[in-house]
Amino acid sequence: MTESTYSTPRRGVALWVQVIVWAFLVGLLAIVALGLRRAQQGTVQPGQKIDNFKLPLYSGYQFEGKSEINLEDLRGKVVVINFWASWCKPCEQEAAEMQQAWKEYESSGKVVFLGVDYVDTEPEARIYLKKFGITFANGPDLATRISQYFRIKGVPETYFVDGDGILQYVQVGPFASVDQIRAQIDPLLK
Amino acid sequence: MSTIGGKKSTNYHEVSLWDMVPLAIVVALMFALTRTLIASAQGPTPTDDDVNRVARQLYCPVCESTPLDVCPTEACRQWRDLIRTMLAEGKSDAEIKQYFVTQYGDRVLAEPPNRLASYLVPGIAILLGALLLVRGFQMWMKPSTQEAAASEKEAQPIDPYIAKLEEELKNQK
Repeated sequence: MTESTYSTPRRGVALWVQVIVWAFLVGLLAIVALGLRRAQQGTVQPGQKIDNFKLPLYSGYQFEGKSEINLEDLRGKVVVINFWASWCKPCEQEAAEMQQAWKEYESSGKVVFLGVDYVDTEPEARIYLKKFGITFANGPDLATRISQYFRIKGVPETYFVDGDGILQYVQVGPFASVDQIRAQIDPLLK
Repeated sequence: MSTIGGKKSTNYHEVSLWDMVPLAIVVALMFALTRTLIASAQGPTPTDDDVNRVARQLYCPVCESTPLDVCPTEACRQWRDLIRTMLAEGKSDAEIKQYFVTQYGDRVLAEPPNRLASYLVPGIAILLGALLLVRGFQMWMKPSTQEAAASEKEAQPIDPYIAKLEEELKNQK
């Protein structure tokens, strides 16, 4: 009987196929990594310049007679951006305090409060606003563009932007008192 | 029969209750018709099935991967109420869905919006994947050059000397 001297045949995969498969896997991993990074990144961080956004306002909750507000138009003022929703129970804990703080700063003309209503229905939102006697500018976050920009993790969340458009403080969750709100606004007015 | 100026009037018809019956029927019919027209202008009250038909085409805005028709949150309950109101106003399913997209973005849709890119991107990806798989299988199934040469050699007729030798060795056993 003879012994075969042939070498084991190789079933190779073409280089270009390997390159594409690896590129696909690396791309997939990159997408997963980016998603995880974004998830862990949290909200926008203090020190970041906030880009302009437009907020349409509910009728009866306009700002200086305007039915839409541009953040750019508020440069030079401290802007308090409060994300809320009528279905959000923790939002109710701070609603009265937010309104009280607004009343305190309204006459100065140096502070603007903006209520951004997150994935809500207008009739319920109006009931909520009326219930807590809120009078500052409020409007819906259409297509969740603003909340996506701020990468909010839930409601309520409040962002304090200084006169130069730089984010100075982020409050995740409700404020417990008006003093807490004052403590964030007053330093920005100096 | 009544009297006018103390004389009996022969061409005067005294109105009885029975004479009022046709008039009453006409008034009742007109009233019923008016009610029906008003009701049809408002549209019938939407049932839960009507609301869920639209709701299952939408997803909860604040919870992950939960269709609106089965979502138990307060936000979803409000949305379903809104759908009911819009259906009662005579809005079509498409109009309601469009309203929700405008308000909350594409992500609320159970199915992606009917755009060319929605079909083009997965279509191209599937085609590319299929091509790669076919090409890969072809390469894996096809024997390599060396293997082909070996099989060719194996297919050649056996040397008569070797065959005889193997036969003798077999007989010796």
